[in-house]
Amino acid sequence: MTDAVITADPGDEADADAVQRAIEEKIYGFWLCLISDAIIFALLFAIFVVMAQNTADASAGRTLFQLPRIFAATVLLLASSATFGLASVAIAARQRGRVIVWLGMTIMFGLGFVATEITEFHGMAVADAAPWRNGFLSAFFALVGTHGAHVSFGLVWIVLLGCEIALRGPTPIAASRLYRLGLFWHFLIIVWINIFSFVYLPRLL
Amino acid sequence: MLKSYLVGVLLASVLTAIPFGFVATRTLPPGQTLIVIGVAAVAQVVVHLRYFLRLDLKSRSQDKFIALCFAATVLFILVGGTLWIMFDRLPYRVVGDATTIS
Repeated sequence: MTDAVITADPGDEADADAVQRAIEEKIYGFWLCLISDAIIFALLFAIFVVMAQNTADASAGRTLFQLPRIFAATVLLLASSATFGLASVAIAARQRGRVIVWLGMTIMFGLGFVATEITEFHGMAVADAAPWRNGFLSAFFALVGTHGAHVSFGLVWIVLLGCEIALRGPTPIAASRLYRLGLFWHFLIIVWINIFSFVYLPRLL
Repeated sequence: MLKSYLVGVLLASVLTAIPFGFVATRTLPPGQTLIVIGVAAVAQVVVHLRYFLRLDLKSRSQDKFIALCFAATVLFILVGGTLWIMFDRLPYRVVGDATTIS
């Protein structure tokens, strides 16, 4: 053991390094999780493309989908992405109050999105366009429903992490958790961009 | 960091407004509108990866790069393979004939 080790109080630095390494490992692991999730969504897209023609003589979307509703859902999700970004900025500055406010707004926008989607699904089911009607609708509900389930799960996650930050403050651990939640949330919006571009809009032309 | 998010939000808004605007106003024929939608979608995915997920390809993390390459390979095999089998190998739509498959 050298003098330097004794005098320089190595504990804190070594701990900080260990914490940093642990956080980086978790971020890498979370990327792997997101990548596998992306593969799931890509396959649901592939299934949708294969099934898109199988409408069994029913409507293939032109009369089922409404442009204003899709636009509203998109704006809500993009707004939630923006407010989540602001929450990330706030936690970097250790501003607990602002983090909570921005996360709260993210939750409101996210709830608005889920409500829009549930209204749409309900309207379709009432209009005899439920998943069991034809292959196109099965694939549509599988893809868009999986995304909606992810968003709902993400909302629960935001509520829980918001509670943690409210109770324990914007600690480095909480910040790293918010970072990973942000990866998940922004990833879901990327999936939604693909959904509105390749599922909805082409059928509203 | 704040600036990067704001740039991202601005670009994302524009890249959302373009496809929705073209679909709502029908200024272009459907075929060209589809191309606009596709290009805007790819551009917006890149914007989100860059400004929100903060993915940068110059990253030191070689592991992440390998993981992304692996994912691309898996996607190529699974998605490309699905579409190839369903549309090229199986004469899917021809057999379909409104009664047999669809």
